[in-house]
Amino acid sequence: MMEQVENFPSFRSSMNNSSRNSTREVTFGHSGSKNVRYGSKGAADSGPFSMSQKEISDEDARLVYVDDPDRTNQRYEFSGNSIRTSKYSIITFLPRNLFEQFHRVAYIYFLIIAILNQLPQLAVFGRGVSVLPLAFVLFVTAVKDAFEDWRRYKSDKVENNRIATVMVDGRFQGKKWKDVRVGEIIKISANETLPCDIVLLSTSDPTGVAYVQTINLDGESNLKTRYAKQETQAKVPEKERFIGLIKCEKPNRNIYGFQGNMEVDGKRLSLGSSNIVLRGCELKNTNWAVGVAVYCGRETKAMLNNSGAPSKRSQLETHMNLEIIMLSVFLVTLCTVTSVCAAVWLKIHKSELDLLPYYRKLDFSEGERESYEYYGWGLEILFTFLKSVIVFQVMIPISLYISMELVRVGQAYFMSRDSRMYDAATDSRFQCRALNINEDLGQIKYVFSDKTGTLTENKMEFQCASIWGVDYSSTEPSLELGQQAECFSQVDGKVLKPKMKVKVNQELLQLSKNGFRDVEGKQIYDFFLALAACNTIVPLLVDTSDPTVKLIDYQGESPDEQALAYAAAAYGFMLIERTSGHIVIDIHEKRQRFNVLGLHEFDSDRKRMSVILGYTDDSVKLFVKGADTSMLSVIDKSLNTEILQATETHLYSYSSLGLRTLVIGMRELSVSEFDQWHFAFEAASTSLIGRAAMLRKVASNVENNLCILGATAIEDKLQKGVPESIESLRTAGIKVWVLTGDKQETAISIGYSSKLLTNHMTQIIINSNNRESCRRHLRNALVKSRQPLAASTVSNDSEGISDTIATPISLIIDGTSLVYILDSELEEELFELASRCSVVLCCRVAPLQKAGIVALVKKRTADMTLAIGDGANDVSMIQMADVGLLFYFWVALILQILNTCLFIVSLFFRYVLFTAYTVTTAINEWSSMLYSVIYTAFPTIVVGILDKDLSKRTLLKYPQLYGAGQRREAYNKKLFWVTMADTFWQSIVVFFVPLFAYWGTTVDISSIGDLWILSVVILVNLHLAMDVIRWNWVIHAVIWGSIVATIICVMVIDAIPTFSGYWAIFHAAGTGLFWLCLIGILIAALLPRFVVKYICQYYYPNDIQISREAEKFENQRVNGGGGSGSGSRQIELYPIPVGPPR
Amino acid sequence: MSSSSAAASGSADSTAARRNTKRPKYSKFTQQELPACKPILTPRAVISVFLLVSVVFVPVGVASLLASRKVVEIVHRYDAECIPPSNSSDKVAYIQNSSVDKTCKITLKVQKHMKSPIHVYYQLDNFYQNHRRYVKSRNDEQLRDSSKWDSTSGCKPEDMANGKPIVPCGLIAWSLFNDTYVFSRNNKNLTVNKKGISWKSDRDHKFGKNVFPKNFQNGSIIGGAHLNDSIPLSQQEDLIVWMRTAALPTFRKLYGKIEMDLNEGDTISVTLKNNYNTYSFSGKKKLVLSTTGWLGGKNDFLGIAYLTVGGLCFFLAMAFTIIYFVKPRQLGDPSYLSWNRNPGGH
Repeated sequence: MMEQVENFPSFRSSMNNSSRNSTREVTFGHSGSKNVRYGSKGAADSGPFSMSQKEISDEDARLVYVDDPDRTNQRYEFSGNSIRTSKYSIITFLPRNLFEQFHRVAYIYFLIIAILNQLPQLAVFGRGVSVLPLAFVLFVTAVKDAFEDWRRYKSDKVENNRIATVMVDGRFQGKKWKDVRVGEIIKISANETLPCDIVLLSTSDPTGVAYVQTINLDGESNLKTRYAKQETQAKVPEKERFIGLIKCEKPNRNIYGFQGNMEVDGKRLSLGSSNIVLRGCELKNTNWAVGVAVYCGRETKAMLNNSGAPSKRSQLETHMNLEIIMLSVFLVTLCTVTSVCAAVWLKIHKSELDLLPYYRKLDFSEGERESYEYYGWGLEILFTFLKSVIVFQVMIPISLYISMELVRVGQAYFMSRDSRMYDAATDSRFQCRALNINEDLGQIKYVFSDKTGTLTENKMEFQCASIWGVDYSSTEPSLELGQQAECFSQVDGKVLKPKMKVKVNQELLQLSKNGFRDVEGKQIYDFFLALAACNTIVPLLVDTSDPTVKLIDYQGESPDEQALAYAAAAYGFMLIERTSGHIVIDIHEKRQRFNVLGLHEFDSDRKRMSVILGYTDDSVKLFVKGADTSMLSVIDKSLNTEILQATETHLYSYSSLGLRTLVIGMRELSVSEFDQWHFAFEAASTSLIGRAAMLRKVASNVENNLCILGATAIEDKLQKGVPESIESLRTAGIKVWVLTGDKQETAISIGYSSKLLTNHMTQIIINSNNRESCRRHLRNALVKSRQPLAASTVSNDSEGISDTIATPISLIIDGTSLVYILDSELEEELFELASRCSVVLCCRVAPLQKAGIVALVKKRTADMTLAIGDGANDVSMIQMADVGLLFYFWVALILQILNTCLFIVSLFFRYVLFTAYTVTTAINEWSSMLYSVIYTAFPTIVVGILDKDLSKRTLLKYPQLYGAGQRREAYNKKLFWVTMADTFWQSIVVFFVPLFAYWGTTVDISSIGDLWILSVVILVNLHLAMDVIRWNWVIHAVIWGSIVATIICVMVIDAIPTFSGYWAIFHAAGTGLFWLCLIGILIAALLPRFVVKYICQYYYPNDIQISREAEKFENQRVNGGGGSGSGSRQIELYPIPVGPPR
Repeated sequence: MSSSSAAASGSADSTAARRNTKRPKYSKFTQQELPACKPILTPRAVISVFLLVSVVFVPVGVASLLASRKVVEIVHRYDAECIPPSNSSDKVAYIQNSSVDKTCKITLKVQKHMKSPIHVYYQLDNFYQNHRRYVKSRNDEQLRDSSKWDSTSGCKPEDMANGKPIVPCGLIAWSLFNDTYVFSRNNKNLTVNKKGISWKSDRDHKFGKNVFPKNFQNGSIIGGAHLNDSIPLSQQEDLIVWMRTAALPTFRKLYGKIEMDLNEGDTISVTLKNNYNTYSFSGKKKLVLSTTGWLGGKNDFLGIAYLTVGGLCFFLAMAFTIIYFVKPRQLGDPSYLSWNRNPGGH
């Protein structure tokens, strides 16, 4: 019997959901025998398993000679185990980093400009000056990249130098991880981390079981079982050299699939995903395990998954590129205008050019008559064009990219430092993995969430039991904690207690204690025995501070099973020991041993599992537990009809309470039945081809004509804060989609308790089992959804915002219907319908469908989507969705930077009109280069990092405010143009006030240039200051500091005697005219902005503005206690009144 | 609030646990909770700002207008009248002919009493001293340092003459203005002080005390004035003034100062040498006599601008006050939130 157990592959398919949520089940009310198809890609369901039986052709295979790394690596150089996540080495850093940086088109543009400027005909700026901005940006980015890479390098080094125990020359020795090679035999002790992917050979457990924790790999914390092959289990590598050949597939990214076979002692054993343990896993509750390395280093599945994550491009960056293209068009226009004007001017003055004192085309310095720097009319125009491109280059803000990069780094820093994003339970901080998606978080419109483990804690709690048609609910208030400690078991003076305490129903507890003499008692006995035995739970003894007391920790893959086992223990059926051959159950302090004759694991087709127990009196019983529809189809309906009906009623009421239900059944097997089964089972489990299907068939054959025992109901507790969060999301106008494998009733009731659904909503339910009815349902629903919305839009024509307040619609759709909808023309209709709904609840969906649903939305909308999941379960979902976080003032930031650039360019351009269309800059070239890099970019960056609209408290209070970011209130086209108009006005003021004030005076070019640069910088900073919402000392320091720094820079530049503008600022500052101009410019330029801002804020306040005021004045009002009228009115904070669901 | 309690619980942790934990260290900076001032545009503040601006700007505007009005200015364009009628058909040929005596007499009438010092300017129109070719055509090293006399980079086409470097080189120096004016009142000479017309900083640091003109205006085309080779550049104030290139195509340059009051009704006769060629590009030449106020020359623009802005601010202040009383809004009243303003009453 024992061999059979270890031959079981654990049914871990690529959708591990199926095994974990072993209790999920088919639509209520449908014929249970219906074979559920999951999407059109449903074939993948049984894929990995059947694939492990497939032959691997030699060229596709990797040959690993066990314990012979030299031979293994002889033909092919397999990757060593050292890993490298750092991108650069010291030598490659410069070229590679530069290469990567120049992927940005803007950088190439600046490079070209810098090169152009080196040509003597085009030398507008000095050589050094022209390279300055690009060099600065490249340098800062390179420093940032180098730092990040250095950190990666350090963590690699730590990883690579960890010590593994490896077999060398017949002995196990310590070896650094980086030196481990494919083919080597590795020994892992308990709680050690795997250095590479290994195929298990033997473990400390005699049956070859090893328990591993995969939390580093997929985030799931429960233990998984892995098996060593029975043939290899017996061998001891220290004593005899292990000779074998493993043939397995090439490295791939599928962490749930593995196929291969092993030739050992002339026998061929097939290897599946249950035989391999992956790098990054931890060995638990197993003293040691020995395995052979098959994939090392970057070829391990963990590393392969690490690398090629699709790069997520921030939407903002895309937006920004658009704006830059617009600017480029503008730039080209300006340059064209300049060169056309210059052409006309040259044409008009053609005859004069030779001797024009300020042109002097004639050159006699070489003796004969030549033209000095004049290449003919056509070329001159071209050169003018290129020169103006060089001068106006500041328009394309090179600092934009670097600013964004730095702001992101800064924000990521603050996010990781935020103590509200710290989880004490796991001692982990917020980690920002991709910097460029921060800003998108502020624009999410769709949230997709998995239910189990995301909304819920994934900690199941046994709630109700229905045994033999009687409902025992343990949710009675008469519950006393003292009662729970009673169940324990005493062995050899040691006390064993279950680790988790379960609420118990006193009546049932009493009944179970009274012994099992009557029929009812016998049913209860069988029921709890089924709960304790029919699972794959492994009990582990955990020491406590009291040496005489040990806790039993039930470890298993399914939290439902854990909950059931704890429940059984609470009622006195304590599972104490499980080996592959037998189990020991402590029934009311009497130890009983049962032989486990057979175990049919859960699979998603049968949706049930069963165990065959051999009693000490040689009777054999089959216990089955499973999802209700699958169970009801195999229960003998002729027996105990009224009990069956009662149970069904209970099931319905449980599931409408939001509980997950399971049905328990049993059957006594006669000797002939058992022998028949045993024969089939043996045959199936030793077969090499189609083993899974055969086992499934064997199981289905025996699981029939069951006698119903009862049903259980388990609560999947909602995580703390989930109702509040969901409500916040909903009120923020985010569309929430919850995708769950639960059945409809359960899903809806959980929807209510998580405040996803409210009584206020119009519910549309779609569950159909063919395409036609699906279509009909969708059409009707669409019509229905349009009506209330249409009505509300008409009535609120004047108020555009009120749409969101119209009666919210929730859509509930089940997986079966989705099968017909996904990948068909109905997708379009579903999307249209769903986009009208504020909440969509998809129940009974298969993992693959989850990705399909996300893709459905993503394909059709430009809006941001966010998928939340708890690990591998929802990996596919996450990969499909755009993610990101941040605050919409990003946009203001970009505008600000664009603004500053436009500003100075318009200034340059206007001046060009007064210099005979030659691109002279009054502003010193150093100043104009420093302008975009330091004068204005720096304060913008700091404000971008530090400024916030509102305190976190207010944002939590009014989640609707989130909508502002989502609606892109701050970054719409209107705002863009208004800002541009403002910039236009400001640049006009800045340019023309000095122009008129100094017209016809002795003013020189440097003085007026200094006045211009100072007024521009002060203006830009004041402009920024007007948008700052929270003034703390850093922002004060930065904004005023940058103005002061600019003044100092201007003074320094003017103190260099070899610059033509020597001492200009000091002269100018000595005159009253200068100061009057400066002050006049500042006031006149900011006046319209100030007026508009005030009018908008005071008379057309947006929600953010009001909350900001409330934030400021609330305290005063409360403290002042002036009794202003605000308290007397009842204000509704949330637009959707929320009532209790039931 | 919550963060401070989090910090408190953090400090309550045992020290050992704290050492190992990854809990972010609490500081007001990292939690972005620095004490901050959150200014809000309240009506009272806005109205006060506008009033303040108008209170400041209107008087300043009035003062600068008065100052500008007080400045007495005589502007006389002479480029056309100083061409003898016989040469008016070809002005350029006349001005380029170095053998003709270009003396020209004009008279100026003083309309209003002018207080000393009276600045004498020449004003050129349509002369692009800010032309890109022109502003760059100089070598500041050479002007400053006698040892760099041969560094003429950037000076082309006036860098070398007859194979030797020019000091000062470049188009700016080459085109030095060379009209001269002699003033007399009632046949009595008015002395024009030409000392101190340039910036002191330029004389002291920008133009060398031991840099002397060399090989200047020796090329084939004479652009303007000649320089006395025995006077160092730091004392060639006309050059220094000229080399401060003007920002705009219409500009004045200081020629000298008359340190004597001119009375109303005085007739000033000016004997000028009309040497400078602006005829080839139809530039205008003007002679300007002007007193100075605290705001410089005669220019009403700033005064008007200040009055306009001040007036506008006063008007806005009034308008906002009226609107405030007619249609006030309670600041921070949540009933204005968009979801509370819903008229549909769903």
